[in-house]
Amino acid sequence: MSVAATLPTWNPLSMWYSDGWTVTKRNLIKIKRSPDMLVFAVIQPIMFVLLFSQVYAGAISVQGTDYVQFLMAGIFAQTVVFGSTFSGSAMAQDLKEGIIDRFRSLPMSSSAVLIGRTNSDLVLNTISMVIMMATGVAVGWRVNSSVAEFLAGIGLLLLFSYAFSWVMALLGMSVKSPEVINNASFLILFPLTFVSNAFVPSDTLPTPLRIFAEWNPVSSLVQAARQLFGNEGTAPVPDIWTMQNPIATVLIGISVMLLVFVPLCIRKFASISSR
Amino acid sequence: MTIIEARGLTKTYRSKSGPVHALAGLDLSVPRGSVKALLGPNGAGKTTVVKMLTTLIRPDAGTAFVDGIDVVADPKAVRRLIGVSGQYAAVDENLTGFENLEMVGRLYHLGGALARRRAQELIDLFELTAAGNRPVKGFSGGMRRRIDLAGALVINPKVLFLDEPTTGLDPRSRIALWQVIKRLVADGTTVLLTTQYLEEADQLADDIVVIDDGRVIAEGTSDQLKAQIGGHRLEIALVDAADSGAARSILARFGDGEPIVTTDGRGLEVAVVDGPLALQHVLAALSEATIRLHDAGMRRPTLDDVFLRLTGHKADKAAQQAEDAELETVK
Repeated sequence: MSVAATLPTWNPLSMWYSDGWTVTKRNLIKIKRSPDMLVFAVIQPIMFVLLFSQVYAGAISVQGTDYVQFLMAGIFAQTVVFGSTFSGSAMAQDLKEGIIDRFRSLPMSSSAVLIGRTNSDLVLNTISMVIMMATGVAVGWRVNSSVAEFLAGIGLLLLFSYAFSWVMALLGMSVKSPEVINNASFLILFPLTFVSNAFVPSDTLPTPLRIFAEWNPVSSLVQAARQLFGNEGTAPVPDIWTMQNPIATVLIGISVMLLVFVPLCIRKFASISSR
Repeated sequence: MTIIEARGLTKTYRSKSGPVHALAGLDLSVPRGSVKALLGPNGAGKTTVVKMLTTLIRPDAGTAFVDGIDVVADPKAVRRLIGVSGQYAAVDENLTGFENLEMVGRLYHLGGALARRRAQELIDLFELTAAGNRPVKGFSGGMRRRIDLAGALVINPKVLFLDEPTTGLDPRSRIALWQVIKRLVADGTTVLLTTQYLEEADQLADDIVVIDDGRVIAEGTSDQLKAQIGGHRLEIALVDAADSGAARSILARFGDGEPIVTTDGRGLEVAVVDGPLALQHVLAALSEATIRLHDAGMRRPTLDDVFLRLTGHKADKAAQQAEDAELETVK
């Protein structure tokens, strides 16, 4: 029995593709077999859409449109931001369980584990997104733009979540336990998503918070999605470049995240090992 | 001909209480087709050596070659030759045993068909048939270790690294695992294993390297090492501590080396060459001197004895404390 003798030498591209797919598949099986993860991805978006649309709709008025139309882009943005943190906690968990040592001792493509991680989380985020949209439609949300713009809006949100997954993956490889990621994301991402234009128009906020909200990258993402879905209303957009050009801002943000964090992640991965 | 050749491996970690020298210039060579055991207490640097040779961590200094390939310069080429089973089972909890092994096969680039065939062979070999199609989550510790070991054997590696393969296993699983390892060795696989148990090294290894504080302190076959510390240990426990001095000189007369006396003066032990004869002599002499005994007996040398002899300290603090506690209860 000499399996070793038949070990083929693959070219880097097919190795990269095959290994990335193998790890993606492993992560997807994991999602399928962990009901708590599915609940997180399915129930939470439904709950958010229903809670916000039913509780705040009467109290918050938005110029030129109703609150449900205004709200949905905000909830999409919040969900993809939080969804991406899963990449971080899952990397930390893999490191803790020792499976990373197994991967690193195999002759696989050095980016495959990260590609597989971010890919499978993109799938999870897409599922969340579809469910949120269906729930949104059920409570009266309507898209008032062309099919192309609608698809561009979804694409932008998912691309953002994908790029942000790489940021979180680097954090996940740098912390001592998965809980750190969950706590940190709670402490940092909650203020970041709430002090923005996601749930209320930012001009209603006290001045320091308003300035923060206007420059907050989450606001640009929300604004871009609102534009592409035709849910903007008639309220004036803050006169700063990032809010006036939200789509360009988000695209720049996505490029920067990918250009910086993909190489950093691959470099970090080459030196990590569980204890 | 050696298949593993390491020179001057050094690794220093920073910690709050200053630098920790995990490895302090360790040399190691393993002949092709042999089994070498790294024996040492927790924190001796065993796992660090394995992680360096399996390309998981880089040495701060020193060189290491596996089958002639530099582990630092060309880690991927090394990974194509080796199988690794770590101290903690590196398996995916949510995948079945079969899926875990198939995944490893695919990542060795065997292709889907061969990866599945190999996974099934290993499931059969390790008698995991019943559990092959259930998620690992529900497996016992022993079964996880077997899946993990199977993962190390997906390609029939040239060199198999086993880091404390039986730690935490019940005696039955331990013996079953030893059988599997022995079969592999018979087929020509080179094995480097780490262990805290002299018995395990004894059972499996041709050659034992004793390491402590990141360096090699002794090397040889099991018999050579045991000969260094004497064949057996003879132990007595006195009823009256006042007899300590007299008992000590009796032990010194019949023992091989200096007797060790516990702090309370009532427990004594010494290495002996011909155990049963020495015991007879000692008992007769003690009886003649009317020294009353609480207990007397012989035991085989343990890792602790090797350590005590080679380093002057116990293998690990926990063992020292356990022994102290035991002496307390004897009082």
